[in-house]
Amino acid sequence: MHEWSLAEAIISAVFSIVERENLREVKEVHLRLGELQQIEVDILKFALLQMKTGKLSNAKFTVRTARAKFKCRACNHIWTFREMKIPSDIKESIHFIPEVAHAYIKCPECGSPDFDVIQGRGLWITSVKGVK
Amino acid sequence: MYDPRISIIEKRLKKIGKVIAVSSGKGGVGKSLFASALALALTKKGFRTGLFDIDFTSPTTHIVLGAANLSPRESKGLIPPKIYGLKYMSLVFYIGNRSIPLRGADLSNVLVEMLATTLWGNLNFLVIDMPPGMSDLLLDVIKYVSKTHFLIVTTPSKMAFETVRRLMNLLRDLKVPILGVIENMKMDDSNYVEREVKSLGEKFLGEIHFDSGLEKALGDIKSLLKTSFMSEIEEAILAKNPEITS
Ligand SMILES: Nc1ncnc2c1ncn2[C@@H]1O[C@H](COP(=O)(O)OP(=O)(O)OP(=O)(O)O)[C@@H](O)[C@H]1O
Ligand SMILES: [Mg+2]
Ligand SMILES: [Zn+2]
Repeated sequence: MHEWSLAEAIISAVFSIVERENLREVKEVHLRLGELQQIEVDILKFALLQMKTGKLSNAKFTVRTARAKFKCRACNHIWTFREMKIPSDIKESIHFIPEVAHAYIKCPECGSPDFDVIQGRGLWITSVKGVK
Repeated sequence: MYDPRISIIEKRLKKIGKVIAVSSGKGGVGKSLFASALALALTKKGFRTGLFDIDFTSPTTHIVLGAANLSPRESKGLIPPKIYGLKYMSLVFYIGNRSIPLRGADLSNVLVEMLATTLWGNLNFLVIDMPPGMSDLLLDVIKYVSKTHFLIVTTPSKMAFETVRRLMNLLRDLKVPILGVIENMKMDDSNYVEREVKSLGEKFLGEIHFDSGLEKALGDIKSLLKTSFMSEIEEAILAKNPEITS
């Protein structure tokens, strides 16, 4: 699953934050997950639990999901990923590489393919709490 | 806010010996064809080789290789399919023949996502087919793929070389290693490019002649391997420049 490679990336990023900030132990890691990537939160959390070691062993992971929103560059219309009916094979491609949305989605108002993902694209570590 | 993908890229590329980015200031000079043929030549020589098409809005190497119907396998990351023993990755696996309009930041995101999730494994060489010019993707490859060596393609035209000169100056400012310059689609015996490359203090790697039989061979690796384009890469470029494969 893609969730596993992202979990591995999160763990490795947290370890580099630990090093940079000289933490003895990590207590909490807060993540923000863009809806466009369609990550299965349970699988992601499970993968994180399996992979956390050393200074991360006691870390708790929280995940907040951000709705995916698009804005048309031609007519300024704003719409959400949720309201679109997208076949599952296309959804899967977007899951792997969210920008692939630009090959399949058009503005529901004016039909333009020129839009921005204004919210909810990928995965971010919003904060890491630990003891020095 | 941290982007967790960045910190995994180095690990994903760790077992790759050398990355060769096939690049040019100019479009249409033969980068994609050369990158594909170089990757095949290296594979044929017995090197474990990968080819990564990062011309995301206009990918074409799948046409050269006849690889459009392959797809990556998923197992805690994306495992590139193999064709003729070559590990191959392209955005084409996810977009088919649809157009994909991407702005600069989107292009960077696609590159980072694919670098963070593709499991190349153990390779002697990863060849990258670059888009033309000096925009986001060139700068991002330099930023994220630290072991990249640039191999520059030009045609005999002064117009092509003008852009290549700018590219080389940029790469030098960024302190990125340049393997040298290939002059492609040679039709006469002018030595303008060779002279200019040498006067810049860079290596002229050799020339490849215009091959009228090439178009027919596209999409079929067996035929491609028999073209004069291919044998010039093997005999005039690789054999005479052992530093490319060292
Ligand atoms: N030595 C050659 N002999 C004959 N045809 C060639 C030769 N080199 C390249 N070509 C042809 O020239 C065209 C452009 O080549 P190619 O697509 O590889 O260029 P490119 O630099 O990758 O272009 P772009 O900048 O658009 O990515 C193709 O049709 C290719 O088959
Ligand atoms: Mg090309
Ligand atoms: Zn619109």
